[in-house]
Amino acid sequence: MAQAINVEDLNIFYGDFLAVEDVTVTLQPRSVTALIGPSGCGKSTFLRTLNRMHEVIPGAYAQGKVEIEGQDIYAPGVDPVNVRRRVGMVFQKPNPFPTMSIRDNVLAGVKLNNKRLSRSSADELVESSLRGANLWEEVKDRLDKPGMGLSGGQQQRLCIARAIAVKPEVILMDEPCSALDPISTLAIEDLIHEMKQDFTIVIVTHNMQQASRVSDRTGFFTISGTGKPGHLIEIDETEKMFTNPTEKQTEDYISGRFG
Amino acid sequence: MSSSAADPAPSPSQTRAPGAPDAADAPPSGPTGPSRSEDPRRGRAKRRPGDMIFTGLSVGSGLIIFLTLALVAIFLTVRSLPAIRDSREFGGGADAVSLWEFTAPLVFGTVFAAVLALVMAVPVSIGIALFISHFAPRRLATPLGFMIDLLAAVPSVVFGLWGGVWLVPKMQGLYELLNTYLGWIPLFAGPEPEPPMRNLATASIVLAVMILPIITAVSREVFLQTPRLQEEAALALGATRWETIRTVVLPFGRAGVVSASMLGLGRALGETMAVLMVLSPGSSFSLHILEVGQHNTIAANIASQSAEATPDVMARLIFTGLVLFIITFIINALARAIVARSARA
Ligand SMILES: Nc1ncnc2c1ncn2[C@@H]1O[C@H](COP(=O)(O)OP(=O)(O)OP(=O)(O)O)[C@@H](O)[C@H]1O
Ligand SMILES: [Mg+2]
Repeated sequence: MAQAINVEDLNIFYGDFLAVEDVTVTLQPRSVTALIGPSGCGKSTFLRTLNRMHEVIPGAYAQGKVEIEGQDIYAPGVDPVNVRRRVGMVFQKPNPFPTMSIRDNVLAGVKLNNKRLSRSSADELVESSLRGANLWEEVKDRLDKPGMGLSGGQQQRLCIARAIAVKPEVILMDEPCSALDPISTLAIEDLIHEMKQDFTIVIVTHNMQQASRVSDRTGFFTISGTGKPGHLIEIDETEKMFTNPTEKQTEDYISGRFG
Repeated sequence: MSSSAADPAPSPSQTRAPGAPDAADAPPSGPTGPSRSEDPRRGRAKRRPGDMIFTGLSVGSGLIIFLTLALVAIFLTVRSLPAIRDSREFGGGADAVSLWEFTAPLVFGTVFAAVLALVMAVPVSIGIALFISHFAPRRLATPLGFMIDLLAAVPSVVFGLWGGVWLVPKMQGLYELLNTYLGWIPLFAGPEPEPPMRNLATASIVLAVMILPIITAVSREVFLQTPRLQEEAALALGATRWETIRTVVLPFGRAGVVSASMLGLGRALGETMAVLMVLSPGSSFSLHILEVGQHNTIAANIASQSAEATPDVMARLIFTGLVLFIITFIINALARAIVARSARA
């Protein structure tokens, strides 16, 4: 079910402002791709075009091609709602639905997809998704308690469970650990490691150790100045990117942060 | 002003120049000289005159509100005492006027009209509010919101005129249909409606139109405050716009909509002119809202009768006013309880 993502000549706009220019890249299936780069270079913007969440911002749009399983998600007639059901997303801040129980949070996406779900298959799905998010043991006795009652790290894993419950092909994560403590961060990194068996994962992170720990490939975005569009400078095996990058800009950024 | 006082100053003379008004403001903060530079830290704990004046003002305003409320309650109680004393129920004798027979149908009419208005207005208001907050393009949403606010400012006598002159004749066809085909519902039962349609149904429609703006305006504000992150969570799961509204916006706005509705209900309960100008009064407990001359409301009744009231009629009217006051109080308390409960959930 994991699919490669082919991006071709993608230009991303906020109104008149060109935020990211001319990205062409292939993101591999069943692997983790990390996106790094300085603040404001368009990592989040790029990530959100992969599930058409970019365009929910008034005036925002993208031009170019993004193919998942050979289908261009920006082709005319493609319903963004269907794209988002195939491409899950985890946000920077944990955002479980505050009025729902843990169980209902996990099932929220599935209930949108097909309303009817027998009690037993719902139970099964809740358990497998929570296990998939390494949260089952911690919450199995309080599935009917509100999701907001969990710790930040648990909430984030609940959001991951909610995302994988709809069995997407791709999971996008925008700095999923930036609001978490080191222990929770490790828990989620382990989880990402396991999840790549089943999903194509793209993760934005500011933490380069994290990128080198969890990702197979790393892409480096940067901007030449404020008001200029962001560019994808280089994308390669993570190992190579952190030891021997081709581009000087990448090396400067990485060594600047590490040194 | 606190920022200039909080700056650690190298020399006292420098502090005093920008801080001069501060020093004048705070005479008890000590004399001049070096101690001024330490002042900011200890000064925090001291009561500044500005704070004291403001505290006094706000406590005073609070007291005034409380006092007004108490005075109104006392006035209503004291002036309605004669009516209670002289009533059939409380020792006015067997042939005295029954306070119950006088008041109860009015209470019934008041609450009935207000509830009908609310039932009609709330769904429409939620619809308009959602349209403005989530569906309309911004170019349309802003003027629409503005128009709703304007509508809220229209005096009720204008609504009354509109209802009495324009709406009453227009409703006949609809009422006849309702009476013929839905007559098995008690609300629409009764004899075939006779024009003019100055019945409770028309009055409730006018009331609904009147309370629509306030409910819409408050609901719209609440819906607009839905956390963006929550809405994006639903969208990213593949929710359509309507599903996003159902899973995120409506649950988030529920308490706000309830309190908006209660505001509207309060307004409908107390509305005088519109009802007076539309409804032809009666005094029954009839459920037939299409029947003319069956109902009246407390406020409209007071307005129509008080000009030529004898002292004992006046006392009775004031007694109904007291009842309205209490009803409004209860509604408000209920609204607060509901809001508090859904805030906890
Ligand atoms: N809603 C928006 N409207 C207009 N411009 C935006 C909006 N969101 C982001 N931008 C602009 O787009 C550019 C890229 O922003 P983006 O959020 O993608 O950066 P980022 O790489 O994710 O940064 P960070 O690492 O700080 O999260 C920035 O110049 C930003 O100002
Ligand atoms: Mg970002």
